[in-house]
Amino acid sequence: MALMETGKYSQGSLLGSVNPDLASERQTASFSVEKLTAWLDGGTEHTRLRRAVVEAIECDPVFSRENQYFESQNERYEAAVRKAVHLQKKMDEMGWTENGPEFKALSGDLAFLLHRIFTRSISMLGSDQQIAKWIPLATQYQLIGSYAQTELGHGTYLQGLETTAVFDITTQEFVLNTPNISAMKWWPGDMGRSATHTVVFAQLYVNGKCYGLHPFIVQIRSLQDHSLCPGITAGDIGPKMNFEHIDNGYLMLQNVRVPRENMLSKFCEVQPDGTYVRRGSQKINYFTMTTVRISLILDEVVIPLMKACTIAIRYSVVRRQSKLKPGEQEAKILDYQTQQEKLLPQLAAAYAFYFISDYLQELFDRGYREIQRKNFDMLPELHAFSSGFKAMVTQYSTSAVEICLRACGGHGYSLLSGLPSLYTKIVASCIYEGENTILFLQTARFLIKCFMAASTGQPVPPSVTYLAAVTPEKCPAKNKLDFLSPDIYTEAYQHMAARLINSTAAKLQDLVQSGVKKHDAWNQCTVQLAQAAKAHCHYITVKNFAETVEKLETQPGIQKIMKHLCDLFALHGIFSNAGVFLHDGYISGAQMDMVTASYLDLLAVIRKDAVPLVDAFDFTDKTLNSALGSYDGQVYQRLYEWAQKSPTNKQISPAYERYLKPLLHKTLSKL
Amino acid sequence: PPRALVINDPDFQHEDLNFLSRSQRYEQAIRKSSLMVLKLREYGITDPDEIYWFKSFVHRGRPEPLDLHLGMFLPTLLTQATPEQQDRFFMPAWNLEIIGTYAQTEMGHGTHLRGLETTATYDPATQEFILNSPTVTSIKWWPGGLGKTSNHAIVLAQLYTQGQCKGLHAFIVPIRQLGTHEPLPGITVGDIGPKFGYDEMDNGYLKMDNFRIPRENMLMKYAQVEPDGTYVKPLSDKLTYGTMVFIRSLIVGDSARSLSRACTIAIRYSAVRHQSELKPGEPEPQILDYQTQQYKLFPLLATAYAFHFVGAYIKDTYHRISGDIHEGDLSELPELHALTAGLKAFTSWTANAGIEECRMACGGHGYSRCSGIPDIYVTFTPSCTYEGENTVMMLQTARFLVKSYTQVSSGQQVTGMVSYLNDLSRQRIQPQHVAARSVAVRINDPVSLVEAYKARAARLVEAAAKNLQAELNHRKSKEDAWNRTSVDLVRASEAHCHYVIVKLFTAKLAEISNAAVRAVLTELCLLYALYGISKNTGDFLQAGILTDAQITQVNQRVKELLAIIRPNAVALVDSFDFHDVHLGSVLGRYDGNVYENMFEWAKKSPLNKTEVHESFHKHLKPMQSKL
Repeated sequence: MALMETGKYSQGSLLGSVNPDLASERQTASFSVEKLTAWLDGGTEHTRLRRAVVEAIECDPVFSRENQYFESQNERYEAAVRKAVHLQKKMDEMGWTENGPEFKALSGDLAFLLHRIFTRSISMLGSDQQIAKWIPLATQYQLIGSYAQTELGHGTYLQGLETTAVFDITTQEFVLNTPNISAMKWWPGDMGRSATHTVVFAQLYVNGKCYGLHPFIVQIRSLQDHSLCPGITAGDIGPKMNFEHIDNGYLMLQNVRVPRENMLSKFCEVQPDGTYVRRGSQKINYFTMTTVRISLILDEVVIPLMKACTIAIRYSVVRRQSKLKPGEQEAKILDYQTQQEKLLPQLAAAYAFYFISDYLQELFDRGYREIQRKNFDMLPELHAFSSGFKAMVTQYSTSAVEICLRACGGHGYSLLSGLPSLYTKIVASCIYEGENTILFLQTARFLIKCFMAASTGQPVPPSVTYLAAVTPEKCPAKNKLDFLSPDIYTEAYQHMAARLINSTAAKLQDLVQSGVKKHDAWNQCTVQLAQAAKAHCHYITVKNFAETVEKLETQPGIQKIMKHLCDLFALHGIFSNAGVFLHDGYISGAQMDMVTASYLDLLAVIRKDAVPLVDAFDFTDKTLNSALGSYDGQVYQRLYEWAQKSPTNKQISPAYERYLKPLLHKTLSKL
Repeated sequence: PPRALVINDPDFQHEDLNFLSRSQRYEQAIRKSSLMVLKLREYGITDPDEIYWFKSFVHRGRPEPLDLHLGMFLPTLLTQATPEQQDRFFMPAWNLEIIGTYAQTEMGHGTHLRGLETTATYDPATQEFILNSPTVTSIKWWPGGLGKTSNHAIVLAQLYTQGQCKGLHAFIVPIRQLGTHEPLPGITVGDIGPKFGYDEMDNGYLKMDNFRIPRENMLMKYAQVEPDGTYVKPLSDKLTYGTMVFIRSLIVGDSARSLSRACTIAIRYSAVRHQSELKPGEPEPQILDYQTQQYKLFPLLATAYAFHFVGAYIKDTYHRISGDIHEGDLSELPELHALTAGLKAFTSWTANAGIEECRMACGGHGYSRCSGIPDIYVTFTPSCTYEGENTVMMLQTARFLVKSYTQVSSGQQVTGMVSYLNDLSRQRIQPQHVAARSVAVRINDPVSLVEAYKARAARLVEAAAKNLQAELNHRKSKEDAWNRTSVDLVRASEAHCHYVIVKLFTAKLAEISNAAVRAVLTELCLLYALYGISKNTGDFLQAGILTDAQITQVNQRVKELLAIIRPNAVALVDSFDFHDVHLGSVLGRYDGNVYENMFEWAKKSPLNKTEVHESFHKHLKPMQSKL
C-alpha cells in the first residue's frame, strides 16, 4: 500500500481519509494488490526493501518536493545540488551504494547524474591504470564529472562531431580545440555550472591522420575556486521544457592540453611515439550508449508512464461528470467508454514495457558477459535491439503520457497535477541517447541484413529467426473469442512484421537492380524501413508479454488479470493499425470487426480492476507529487490547498501598484 | 499602424520571457496590456479584427491578463445586457475602470454546464441575489484574469427564485474594492498556481459566501427576474449556440496559425541543419533532404494550409448566417453548431500532435526554449480542453450525424455536409456498388479523393448507427447504449470532419487564379488527402473503397509528392509571413543564423548571471572538504 501522507495537509481538512469513490474501487479487486506488487518487484523481500528506502528518503526534509512546482530555474538547480550533496552524506551514514535503489527513488531531483555516466565511461573504456587513478577521485567527489559528446551542430550522427584532439609528440599531450561554432559541446548535463572535469569526445589526429572519435578526460574548472580553466569557455545553455534542475552546458575548447594518459585507452591507445593501437572492436566505444539506452527505458520512461497512469486513473474515478442514467448521480468519468479507451490501453502498455525492459536487461547481461570475454558477436543484435526498443518505448510512452494528461481535462494542465512535468520530461527521451527515427533505421539495417541472411539459409540470432519462418496466409480466427488467444494475435503480429520487412527488402532490391544507387535507394525506403523496425519491436513486445503471462501459472489470480492486459495491449495495437493487418488480407474485414468487438469488451472487463492495477505500482503520494493522483483521492481539497501556497498568492505582486492602479485611475502617463 | 511600428515600439520591449519567473512574466504582460489599451485609443482603433492583430503583435500571440476582459466580458455585456445595464457597466468597462472576467468553469465541472453548482438565490425582501459557492467543487476555477487582475466577474450560477431552480444564468459580480483592489467581504479570490504554459495569465479561483448583489446585476436582455421574484423565460435557447460557434471557429483558426508557426520553425531549421551523409564522400546534406524528415514535416505543412481554409470557411459561414439568426431564422444553426464542435476537436487534436512532431523534428534543440516551439505547444494545447472538451465535442457531432442517418433511414432527405448519407439507401439496393467503387478512385485527382473520404465517412456513420441500434435492441437504456457505442461514434465524427476538410481544401483550389500558386497548393491538397488515407488504410480497405494495390500506390505517391514539394518548402512557410519577433524562435529565424544566435541567447540564461554559481560555495565546496 502506498504510504499515506498525513499531518501536513490534514489539519481541518478531509485529506487523509479516503474518498469513498476511490475506496469502493479497491473493494472489488479481482486479485491481491499486495501480491501483484511483490511479483512486479521480484519478491516480497524486494518490496520491503524498496519501501524502506522510499520511506527513509521521504522522511528527510532535505529531499522534500513540496515547493518543486513553484521554484525558478536557479532555485531548482540549487535544490538539486543540495540534494545530491546531502545524498552523499546519507550514503556514508546509511551504507547505501551507488547502484542502490536510493538513486532511483531520487533521480528526478538530483544534480550530478552525468557524474555517474562519467564514472561509468571510465570504468568501461579506461585502462586499469586510468581506473585506479580516476575512480577513487570521482567516488570521493574530489572532482565532479560530466560526459561531453553532443555538439551544437551534431547529435546522434557521431561521425559528424567536429571537436579535435591533435597529438603533440614533443610534449606527449593532446591539444583539444573547438574549430568552429557548431563544434561547441552543447547539452551535456552538469556541465553548465557544476562539473570540474568532463569526458570529451573528439576526432583524434596523429601525424595528420584522423582516427575517428575518441574519449578524453579534460579538466574544465579549478578545483580550488571553481573558476574556468584557461582555454575553456563554459556555461548553461538556458531554459528548456523541463530538467530545470540540471545545468545542461556548453563548452568551447581553445588549445586545451591534456597529457597522453588522459585518452581513455582500454580499447585504443596512442603510444609515446605516436603509434595508434587498437584492441577489440571499435564499436565498443558506443557500448556506453547501449547500456544507457537500456537502463533509461525503465527509469526514465516506464516509471513515468506508470505514474501518469496512476494519476489519470485515480482521478477518473473521483471526477464525476454528466449522467449516464437519468435521475442517477453523475457518473465517474472512467465509466465512459471513451475515457476507458483513452486510459486502459496506456495502462496495458505500461505493463508491457515493464516486461520488455526485463527482457532487454537479460539480453544485455548475457551480451555483457560475452564482451568481458572479448567476444563481440552479440554486439550487433544488442545494438539493434537497444536502439529499436528505446525508440519504440519512448515514442509510445510519450504519447501515452500526453493522453493521460489530456484525459484529466482542464486540471491536467495545472502543474499541480504532476502530469505536465511527467510529459515534458518523458518527451525528451525521444531525442536524447539517439534520435528515434535514426535509431529505428539502425534497427532496420540490422533486420534487413538478417532477413537477407535468413533467406539464403545463413544462421541469424534466435530473436529474428521468424523472418524466414513459414506462417499461414490467413488468420485462422473464426469468432471474436478466438482473438483472445495469444497464439492467434502473436502470429498476426509476426506475420505483419515479417511482411513489412520482407516487402521493404524487396523494394530496396528492386530499386538497386533498376540502377538506383544504394544510398539513394536506402533514403527512398526510409519511411518504410522505420515502420518495419517499429513493427518488429511491437511484435517482440506482444510476444514477450504473452510469454510472461504464461510463466505466471503459479499465481492464477494475477495471471488472469495480466492475461486481460496482454490481450488488450495486443488488440489495441491491431485496432489502431488496422491497415497493416488488413493489407494483404491476413486479417479480413469481418475479422477486424471481431478484433474491435473483443477489444471494446476488454475495456469493460479491465475497468473493474483499473484502480487496483495502478495501486500495485505502489507509488507514494510524495513520489507522485500530484494533487489529482493521491492515494486518498481528495482531489479538489488538495488542489485548493496547494494553489493557495503558490507564490503568486503570497508575494505581493508589484503589477497592481505599478500598472493596474494607474490604469484603473487613469493616471498612467500619456506616453 | 504598420506592424513594424508596433513590434519595434520601445514601450513593448522586454527581456526574453524565457528568462523570467512567472510573477515577472505576469507583470510584463500587465505592463504591456495597460500601454496597449492607451495606444489603441490613441490610434483610434476600434475594429475587432484590428484590435486582434494589434494585440497579437504586442503580446506576440501569447495569452494576456486582459484577454477575458476584452474577449468575453465586454462582448457579453453587449449581447446579454439590457440598455440600462449597458449604461451602468459598459463605458466604465470600456475605460478600464471596471476590469472583468467570465467565470463559468468550476473545480468540479467544465464542459458539462448543467453540473455547475454555484447558486444565486433571489431575495425579494431586499431585491438582491445571494451568491454562494456551496461546496469545494463549486469554487470557480480557471477563469483567466480572475486571480489578480479583475475587479468584476460575470459569474454563471444556478438561479433560484420562488423556491425553484431556473438553470444557469449570468450575473455581474464586483469582486475587488475599486481603489484598493482588495477582495470584497464575502469574496475569496486568488491565483490557481503554475500551469503548463500560460505563465502570464492569472487564472484564478473565486469562492463566494452569501455575497449579495442588486437584482439589476443579473444580465437580463433575455431571461428576467422581476422585483417580486417572477421568472420570465428567454425566447430561444439556441441563441447561445451563436457565441459557441463563433469561439470554436476562432480555435479552428488558431489551430491553423499555431501549426503554421511550428512548421515555419521546423522547416527553416531543417534547411539550415546539416547532418550525416546521403551520398558517400559528399558534404553533409540539409536534413530536409531526408525522406523521413520530409515525411514528418510536409504533411503537417499541408495540414496547416488545409486548416487555414477550414477556419476561413467557418468564419464566413458564421457571418453569412448570423444575419439570418438576427432575423430569427435559426434553421442553419444546428448543423453549423454540430460541424464546428467536431472541427474544433479535429483541428486542435491534429495541430496539437503536429506541433510536437515539429518540435521533435528539430531534435535536441527543439527541446530548448530558444526554439520557441515549447511555448507554442503549451500555449496551444489547452484548446483541446477549453471551450468544450474534444471527446465531448466529437460526440456532439456524432449526435447530429446519427440524427441525420435516422432521418435518411426513415425516408427523409438531409441537406448540407451530411447529404452523402442520402446515398446510403441507394447503395443497399445494389450490393455490388461498393466493390465497383474501388476501381473508380483516381489517386491523382483531389475530386475523386473527396469521394473516397465521403464513402469512408458514410460507412463509419452507418456502422456506428447500426451498432447503436444493436445495443438498443439489447435491453440497454438509451444512455447506456450511447456510451457503449461512443468509441465508434467518435470514429464516425472524425471521418466526417476529415471528409469536410478534404472537400473544403479541394474546393478552394478552383478559386486560386495564379497558376503557379494553384499548382503548388494542388500538390499540398493531394498530399493532405493521400497522407490521410495512408494513415487510415484500415478504414479504406475494410470498406472496400480502395484495394491493396491502390493503397500501395497511395503510399508510393505520398513519397513522390514529398520530393515534389521539397523545393518549395521554405517558400511555403515564408508565405505564412510571420515576423521573427512574433515567431519568437532562434531556430526559425528568417535569416537562418541559428548557431551563433543560440550561443548569444544562452549567455543570457539566469544560471549564467555569475561566473561561479552560488551553489558552489554553499554546497559543493563544503562537501569536497568533508569527503
